[in-house]
Amino acid sequence: MGRVTTIARRTFLIGSVAIAGGVAFGAYMYKRPGENPLMANLAEGEAVITPYVKIDSEGVTLITPRTDLGQGAYSVQAALIAEELDIDLDQVRVDPGRPSPAYYNTALSEEGAPFRSTDESMMAESVRSVMDVLMKFLGMQVTGGSTSVPDGYEKLRMAGAVARETLKAAASKQSGVPVGQLKTAKGAVQLPDGSELTYVELAPVAATIRPVTNVTLRDPSEWRLLGKPMRRHDIVAKSTGTLPYGVDFKIDGMMHATVKLNPRQGGAMNGFDASAAEKMRGVNEIVPITGGVGVVADNTWRAIQAANAIEFDWGPASYPPEMDAHWEALGKSFNDDQIEARNRDDGDVEAALAGAEVIEAEYRAPYLAHAPLEPISAIVKVEDDRVDVWTGTQIPRFVQGNVARMTGVEFDDVHVHVLYVGGSFGHRLEDEVVKQAVEIAKEMKGTPVKLTYSREEDMIHDFPRQIAMARGRGAVRDGKVETYDLGIAMPSVIASQMGRQGLSLPGPDTQIIAGAWEQPFAIPNYRMTGYRAPDLAPISSWRSVGASSNGFFHDCFLDELIVAAGADPLEERIRLMWHDNSRKVLEAVGEMSGWGSDLGPKRGRGVAFCMSFGVATAEVVEVTDTDDGIKIDKVFVAAEVGRVVDPVNFDNLVKGGVIWGLGHAMNCEITYSDGIAEQDNFHAFEGMRLYQCPQIEVRGLENGDKIRGIGEPPVPPAAPALANAIYAATGKRIREMPFNKHIDFV
Amino acid sequence: MKLTVNGQVHEVDVEEDMPLLWVLRDELGITGPKYGCGIAQCGACTVHVDGMAVRSCQLPAGAVDGEITTIEGLGTPDALHAVQAAWVEHQVAQCGYCQSGQIMAAASFLETNDDPTDEDIDVAMSANLCRCGTYPRIREAVKTAAKNLRSA
Repeated sequence: MGRVTTIARRTFLIGSVAIAGGVAFGAYMYKRPGENPLMANLAEGEAVITPYVKIDSEGVTLITPRTDLGQGAYSVQAALIAEELDIDLDQVRVDPGRPSPAYYNTALSEEGAPFRSTDESMMAESVRSVMDVLMKFLGMQVTGGSTSVPDGYEKLRMAGAVARETLKAAASKQSGVPVGQLKTAKGAVQLPDGSELTYVELAPVAATIRPVTNVTLRDPSEWRLLGKPMRRHDIVAKSTGTLPYGVDFKIDGMMHATVKLNPRQGGAMNGFDASAAEKMRGVNEIVPITGGVGVVADNTWRAIQAANAIEFDWGPASYPPEMDAHWEALGKSFNDDQIEARNRDDGDVEAALAGAEVIEAEYRAPYLAHAPLEPISAIVKVEDDRVDVWTGTQIPRFVQGNVARMTGVEFDDVHVHVLYVGGSFGHRLEDEVVKQAVEIAKEMKGTPVKLTYSREEDMIHDFPRQIAMARGRGAVRDGKVETYDLGIAMPSVIASQMGRQGLSLPGPDTQIIAGAWEQPFAIPNYRMTGYRAPDLAPISSWRSVGASSNGFFHDCFLDELIVAAGADPLEERIRLMWHDNSRKVLEAVGEMSGWGSDLGPKRGRGVAFCMSFGVATAEVVEVTDTDDGIKIDKVFVAAEVGRVVDPVNFDNLVKGGVIWGLGHAMNCEITYSDGIAEQDNFHAFEGMRLYQCPQIEVRGLENGDKIRGIGEPPVPPAAPALANAIYAATGKRIREMPFNKHIDFV
Repeated sequence: MKLTVNGQVHEVDVEEDMPLLWVLRDELGITGPKYGCGIAQCGACTVHVDGMAVRSCQLPAGAVDGEITTIEGLGTPDALHAVQAAWVEHQVAQCGYCQSGQIMAAASFLETNDDPTDEDIDVAMSANLCRCGTYPRIREAVKTAAKNLRSA
């Protein structure tokens, strides 16, 4: 983690505009060019202001700029600030604030760096630092990549500490008591005589003094909140139906809209006949937009009914209409001209295989929809010199820019209000829904238009997870894995995603090989090659991105080699592991699962390991081969995150990640026929149901030096652990997701 | 037509075939019941009609025959229903979008069976989809709610 070498000569009142009777605190941080030569170009004063604490007459508000998608980001961000600020979570309001370049994401760049997370060499750290600076200058306020905790771990605690010390200085000024005799607790400064000055009372004084920036962060042993079970601030609202999600949000005078888009992604709309729809009750406007139409009505259902009554002439898709051609394109990509990255080439694979009995296998992973339960929506109000957007988004600054470009309104006059999100899994890293709402709202200036997708539009027009294929070759000797050569072919997710933002990918797409190349195994001949397939259907980041397919490929083929060697799956992984903290997660799941004990007939146990997003994660799955199909009995998970900051959230996210990984591996895929996604609702894209849910036991390990996020890392090992368990129970090796193409599940 | 929702009578002017869900959400502004699939596959829209859990996305407004209770009418932040209290205690929600429906399904189910086995819970709760994967906590919360309802 980048050290905050110097903290601020000044903090900052929000603009020169005073908050009525209040004060806003920020930490003014910069990285000093030091031993790292690549950072020498960063000039003095090139810095960002990060306002996170606002106190006004209403109370204390903590600004939590990473969007809460359900992962608990608001709560954990608030807790990081509150820990140092000495205030309880039930005493504060939490607000995502306005999008600002100050809220750039430092940690997100690390995944893009072509170095293993285990690599702490000078070169690896330097490149990461340069990418951090790039993110800062781009003002990349992005929620994603399991980065909210790593990114905020120091920044937010520092903001809390600066605010606390400044409030103490204000209390000293007001009371005449030296700062050294003041204490803070529960949102107030305590004086030696037992009296208190609340932060709210002190805010006007604090606003007049020079903020105290010479602060030190507390040792974790002194923490009151962090590392202990905390109540999510939204838990009551979410249990009483009182939390407004984007799709629930209302603005006075708002109209309801939906869209009908060419079901062949990106295809043109050549014409339409809305004569029936126009006459339907409640229909207000029918607006042609890019690739389809928007229907505006007085009720969402009426808009959807009317949209379904329109007849269209659609253009063709930009990609092959049938799946055979998609797989064929991947299959043809395994050639030297399409090598995107060969980040690992240890030993001499070709020589080792030349004289050996070669084990070979091909693996496949399908397109997958994100399908969060809340369909995407956005409210847009366009006026001549101002646009307001209310939506749940992971990329508020991109939204702001796109809306400004589309409307001709100044960037700063586009107001993006970030709302609660009912699940994302990467879906809200896209902003097509906002662009479409703008196209409609431009035709109805002054009227707020709420665009809600039907579930069918949401699933058909999702930009799904990448389709991917892997080909493994390997050899074993003397009961050991000796040679492992894996090629992975997929189109570039990141190029597809950035392309929709008008950006191009500056270098190789490391996601093509992520979750495979950086695995810390010491196999004598070990080569990992990523092949970039041509663009097919448009794709996007899906919980754990490249590792969602590659973790399956890498670990299952390793399992095949271990079985061929006649070795124990857990022991051989441990033997091959050179990275201590990764070995410890394997040892932990071994112990948790009682690895090696007899499970009885028709039962099997599989282990898998994947390091993704810097988190070494191991999972053991136990299954029973029943007469009705495979039943998943238990899952044991151990993950190394440096420190478990929010234990309830951690447990919930790990279990959710396992269920996500298993559910999609069992029965989900998006397939195209005639260019149209064949799965348009949950009857055809099931995921896991409660009765199928195994018992899941979770352990967070804290041996590492770096704080890591847990949203994504539990996903990649789930599918291979299940496939390996099915193999152990049945002798059947499944090399293609979803597994229900090959075996039944209870 | 007249609809009684959470004890309050509303006069609404809607098509007979408009699903109850959209009457609640867009006509009455009651947004606790959620739109997830529109085809009774996910359960996010679950409300009670005379205490029975129904999928409001598939129930035409004209066919409603009884008093409707939504999550807002089950309990409030200041006066939680036992099921809601259990959901808070176990911190079930992640995104929370399905939880209105999960809670309404559980509340109705526990009315008929206040001492459910694990299998009973699996059967009763499996028609409600959760994409975040909160199932382990849902199971625990249903058990806690049952226990608290029995001792109430």
